[in-house]
Amino acid sequence: MGRSSILFALAVSVALGSTASAGTLDDVKMRGSILCGVSGGLAGFAQPDDKGNWTGIDVDFCRAVAAAIFNDPTKVKFLPLTAKDRFTALQSREIDLLSRNTTWTSSRDSQLGFNFAGVIYYDAQGFMVRKSAKVSSALELSNTTVCTQSGTTTQLNLADYFRSNNMKYEAVVFNTADEVIKAYESGRCDVFTTDVSQIYAERLKLSKPDDHMILPELISKEPLGPLVRHGDDQWFDVVKWVLFAMINAEEYDINQKTLDQRLKSERPDVKRLLGIEGNYGEQLGLTNDWVVRIIRHVGNYGEIFDRNVGENSRLKIDRGLNKLWNKGGIQYAPPVR
Amino acid sequence: MTDLPVRREKTRVNWIFHPRVRSVFIQLLLVALVLLVAWFIYRTTSRNIAAQRIPIGFDFFWIESGFSISQALIPFSESNTYARAFLVGLLNTLFVSALGVVFATIIGFLVGIGRLSNNWMISRLCGTYVEVIRNLPLLFQILFWYLAVLAALPVPRQSISLAGDVFINNRGIMMPKPLFGEGIGIVALVLAAGLLLSLIVAVTSRRYRIRTGRRITLWPVYLLLIVPVPLAAFAYLGVSFDIDRPVLKGFNFNGGVRVIPEFLALLIALSTYTAGFIAEIVRAGVLAVPKGQSEAASALGLRRSPLLRLVVVPQALRVIIPPLTSQYLNLIKNSSLAVSIGYPDLVSVFAGTTLNNTGQAIEILGITMLVYLVISLIVSFGMNLYNRRIALKER
Repeated sequence: MGRSSILFALAVSVALGSTASAGTLDDVKMRGSILCGVSGGLAGFAQPDDKGNWTGIDVDFCRAVAAAIFNDPTKVKFLPLTAKDRFTALQSREIDLLSRNTTWTSSRDSQLGFNFAGVIYYDAQGFMVRKSAKVSSALELSNTTVCTQSGTTTQLNLADYFRSNNMKYEAVVFNTADEVIKAYESGRCDVFTTDVSQIYAERLKLSKPDDHMILPELISKEPLGPLVRHGDDQWFDVVKWVLFAMINAEEYDINQKTLDQRLKSERPDVKRLLGIEGNYGEQLGLTNDWVVRIIRHVGNYGEIFDRNVGENSRLKIDRGLNKLWNKGGIQYAPPVR
Repeated sequence: MTDLPVRREKTRVNWIFHPRVRSVFIQLLLVALVLLVAWFIYRTTSRNIAAQRIPIGFDFFWIESGFSISQALIPFSESNTYARAFLVGLLNTLFVSALGVVFATIIGFLVGIGRLSNNWMISRLCGTYVEVIRNLPLLFQILFWYLAVLAALPVPRQSISLAGDVFINNRGIMMPKPLFGEGIGIVALVLAAGLLLSLIVAVTSRRYRIRTGRRITLWPVYLLLIVPVPLAAFAYLGVSFDIDRPVLKGFNFNGGVRVIPEFLALLIALSTYTAGFIAEIVRAGVLAVPKGQSEAASALGLRRSPLLRLVVVPQALRVIIPPLTSQYLNLIKNSSLAVSIGYPDLVSVFAGTTLNNTGQAIEILGITMLVYLVISLIVSFGMNLYNRRIALKER
């Protein structure tokens, strides 16, 4: 009953939540911290380390928002949420911002009442199997048992893929990512499916990661990004532009090492981004040095990518689609001006 | 004479202090308060939902679900609606609860009576069972059966093969499925008619026995009605019969009937756990019957079996039934722990996947609560009826 009573409490707070609140940005400033919903433990995205500090690209994004508002990246309270509980938590104002490897879809944008602030990670769904199964393509997975997580786009893509290829399968659906990988390891399932980035992370939890392989087929588009609820455009703008600023900063080669030198740059676009010219920060309800704060405390997009999921992390995921648009990827941000 | 002082009292007391006026006033106040709270909740809810532009209503029921469910008692596929997914989840909850109630009752009665046994070994074993099972958290027991016991079974290729075509592996139990051709419905009807007829005969013979005191041996009649008659109908109609055997094909077994391990783990954990409590209730019920009752019965010359059946059990049941009802209700509600091991019950399918895909939190949680409430009320209504039947008739 535990899980459903939490859900019930959330539903009640949807019902009772105050309508009188001003904008989320004002609430956040008054409270002195951001409430950020993250994953409960997904290496590379949001995971507490052995000292209890949260690490991951989703976590760093929350810190960047805090840095832009408070000039202090520690002013974030992280709420670990399951895939199932995350949307109710955001709808019911338990959190200000959901940064939890969440796929941007039309129904989440409309029916669920959210706004996605952009894409922090272009992902795709894949399959992992045991090497001993001697399978080389997802099309050979007919008549298999597949473990997946409830309340995800994964569960639906899986159904679509097997249905469109006329393959029989059985889906065993669990509540948390941990339960899914445990069931896969115990042999309950032949196939483990989720977003590829997450497969990399979950594979590290297996006792012999090298006995498992990821199949080449990618069966879906999974643009993951931070989201806020409908009805507060100012807060939506702040979150959206923190992400854009981090991507722009990488494009203009502004990172934690080069920041001080780039502050002296004569390039007008760099000057605008760093708030030396114009008052673009104030227009957003922040201060003009907002981007300087983000870069100094957290880093640019490339830095948080490499540190958490890329080359300098345990996951070592290739940047692929997540390279900048001028480097062969599709990460692209509108200009600050 | 006696009326006079009362009347005088009435005229003296201000109407505000009149007990009836007061109680009506307080009740009106309470009703108004409840209505006010309800109105407040309704107003803020609809405002908040409107502010977030979330559509409300029950239209989502008729949308294609797009997901699959690992155990469905009625045919279900991705192209079916959320309404059907709801039905599948509800049936799965009812299925595991109903079987759980049956097994918990059987185990509970056996253990409860075993604990009263004069045999030292049996009573200690039953006592240990109760103390161990009752004092471990249910969620832990479910996970134990699922992750430690059932997951340790071999993979499909190395299945344990039981008699005939029954296989056990970490994907569950595979059994052959009988396939009947046309006409099986008529055979089932004949069987049902036989059962009904036997029941009528039994009731009539009981009345006859009470009236005359004479016993008639009737079991051959029952046997005839239930076994050879339907079999004859089966043969006469020439119903085709075949067996669908489970066959290992690629990764998994194909064909036959399969019992999934999530269901097994949940059923075992729910029945053994609740049985621990039922055992204590049964023990208390039996001990509540005064010793003098059985002594008096044996003094009247009753042998042990009718003594138990006619004197001890009816009195013990009066004590057992009310707390037993609570245990049944607990079992049904505890079945929602299924989400932790991926058994597709109502909470997992409807308040889980469906809620997440549609975002209709208030509607879905409301319906889910209503469903549990209705199931519980029906069960307790039935148990109360039974309780009234066996309760002491005071005349």
